[in-house]
Amino acid sequence: MNKLHIAASPHIRDEMSTQKIMILVIAALMPAAAASVIHFGWRALVLLLFCTFFSMACEGLCRQIMKREQTISDGSAALTGLLLAMNLPVTLPLWQAALGCFIAIVIVKQLFGGLGQNFANPAITARIVLMVSLTPSMTNWIAPRTTAGDAFSYDAVSSATPLVSGTASISELFWGSTGGCLGETCAAALLFGGLFLIFMGIISPVTPLAFLGTLAAAVFLETGSMNDVVYHLLSGGLLLGAFFMATDYVTTPITAKGKLIFGIGCGLLTFLIRFYGSFPEGVSFAILLMNILTPYIDKFTMSHPFGAVSGRGAK
Amino acid sequence: MRKLNGIRLAHAKNTAGSAFITLPPPQKVLIPMSMHMGVPCEPAVKLRQQVSVGECIGTSDAFFSADIHASVSGTVTAITDYRMANGSFCKAVEITSDGLMTPYAELKAPPCSTREEFLAAVRRSGAVGLGGAGFPTHVKLNPKNKIEFLIINAAECEPYITSDDRTMQEKQTEIIGSIRRVMRFLDIPECFIGVENNKPDAIRILTECAEKDDSITIVPLPPVYPQGAEKVLIYNITGRIVQEGQLPSDQGVIVMNVSTMAFLEEYFRTGMPLVSRSLTIDGDAIGKPCNVTVPVGTSIREVLEYAQCRFEDVRRLIGGGPMMGAGLPSFDLPVTKTNNAVLALTSDKPAVTTACIRCGRCVNVCPLKLMPTAMEQAYRRRDKAELESLHMSLCMLCGCCSYVCPANRPLVESHRLARDFMRQK
Repeated sequence: MNKLHIAASPHIRDEMSTQKIMILVIAALMPAAAASVIHFGWRALVLLLFCTFFSMACEGLCRQIMKREQTISDGSAALTGLLLAMNLPVTLPLWQAALGCFIAIVIVKQLFGGLGQNFANPAITARIVLMVSLTPSMTNWIAPRTTAGDAFSYDAVSSATPLVSGTASISELFWGSTGGCLGETCAAALLFGGLFLIFMGIISPVTPLAFLGTLAAAVFLETGSMNDVVYHLLSGGLLLGAFFMATDYVTTPITAKGKLIFGIGCGLLTFLIRFYGSFPEGVSFAILLMNILTPYIDKFTMSHPFGAVSGRGAK
Repeated sequence: MRKLNGIRLAHAKNTAGSAFITLPPPQKVLIPMSMHMGVPCEPAVKLRQQVSVGECIGTSDAFFSADIHASVSGTVTAITDYRMANGSFCKAVEITSDGLMTPYAELKAPPCSTREEFLAAVRRSGAVGLGGAGFPTHVKLNPKNKIEFLIINAAECEPYITSDDRTMQEKQTEIIGSIRRVMRFLDIPECFIGVENNKPDAIRILTECAEKDDSITIVPLPPVYPQGAEKVLIYNITGRIVQEGQLPSDQGVIVMNVSTMAFLEEYFRTGMPLVSRSLTIDGDAIGKPCNVTVPVGTSIREVLEYAQCRFEDVRRLIGGGPMMGAGLPSFDLPVTKTNNAVLALTSDKPAVTTACIRCGRCVNVCPLKLMPTAMEQAYRRRDKAELESLHMSLCMLCGCCSYVCPANRPLVESHRLARDFMRQK
């Protein structure tokens, strides 16, 4: 007997899936990940793999314990782990990295209901928690081996992030041979990955453009120097944040107008923290604060449906 | 004028060059008493009664209804309950054919010299919107307001379907004649024929046919789904917006399907009511994709056999297009007045459904700028106030949101349920 499948329309679907999106974003992070291994050595690879797989394990165990359907295969946990690793210094002890993964996956994501339900970006929140509670090891920047000369002596040379020292050259910032977190130093690789995501239609260019544009404008107004503008655009976690974190679907506004507001807000907050705050870097805080505002941005940027009569049902 | 959103689909118009083939009369037809929007008809025939082609076999006193006529000549062999695609039941009349296709003796070209005669004749024709919705034509052609534009919907934006396209290529004089007739009796000054520009032959033929008539304009439209949705078409051609709760006639517009127009002209020439259906048979389980004309009530199985369907491979049988058509549970269902296509597809890839990741793709493609994901969530909470503030009632179930959703959420499904839920007290 022939089995006809009865389903609601439409009967054809686009090829894109949640899993494919996650895989494409992970692929877009690969150049920056590769750059970090080149600059910081094998320990960078260990940290990247550890965070990725430990996050997946956290997700799997958590779903198991909560008796929910298994979601490891959607790829979101792997992506969160990878993004978190990119936000850590290469010297961080593994147990601290594991703590970060636990905070990101279990506390920020799963306790709020899992994929799609968390209000804050898990990787960013975990980074912030580690940053304020384990400040010494989270700011233990080392100079990359590509500048230190000896490939195996990396742990001997400590170095400040360029945002503190202000000594790195533009080309060092662009190619990533400066101190900093794993994935945020090589601007070239991050730009390449970000443009790839825009080209593939995975992220909207609105958020990164608004974010970077606002920061550039604010820095220019403050210092009047184009050199400072480029320096600020290329240093710290800005490009990683603007292309990969401020574009996270779940925790950012859904409409283009909302994304514009979100990006401008991130740019302004980053500028304020970098110039007037007590932390050298403000990207994570800026994104987290805007994450919290997202439901309100969404509410006020809701599109007006075509042919809708405001008297009928609208607020 | 802003551009409405939509999606680009693979057209798969494989049968655009296949002329309609009239199949030999089937041995049996099963004619449901509800093939239109509105009140179902009551059977007007008795068991074992002899009927001939075009004889009325179902009617209703209600205004919002459309008469039903015998599509073959022969004997009424059963009057049964019939389960429609939406799950509810209506009566159906089974006629066993005598193979002769004898036309009903009393049929003649209806008198048509005044608006009243015209409308009365349309009512007796059993005409309904042939694009799929089945809106009774005599209701549509009797608007309360003054109509400024007659729009002919020839967009045919769904993949695969070419029955409107073929009608335009084969019955251009009927279409233009019908337009003139409707414009005369309804006193409409201007007509636009909206055709997606992926049908160059139809556009050329109609343009030639309407050349001398300044009041008829053929408008080529970009092939963006859902170009043929009524509100979208009206906006793209006239710039007018049909507001929530309004009918197109409230904006001075009437939209008619192009095949309905062709049928009306044939009816006014011969008096033969709507008893046959021209439809596209396609899909990857079909050996010989084609366009056919069959009596209403012919079993889909018979039509598919003609088109060399590999029945054992069919996983999805669709009445209509792949975007808005209904999934059919069996091959042994009749072809109805509104069936513009039957598709037999083999692919049934199980898609993985995940939680909504708020990617916003559904919001970006919605032609009416609704928030499909928010509407789905509001329906899951059965939150009537929220559904209202999201303007749920505007949703036309075009399917763009479900098509693009990477999380494979059942968006259209929940919108359909939400619409019914909103109507409940």
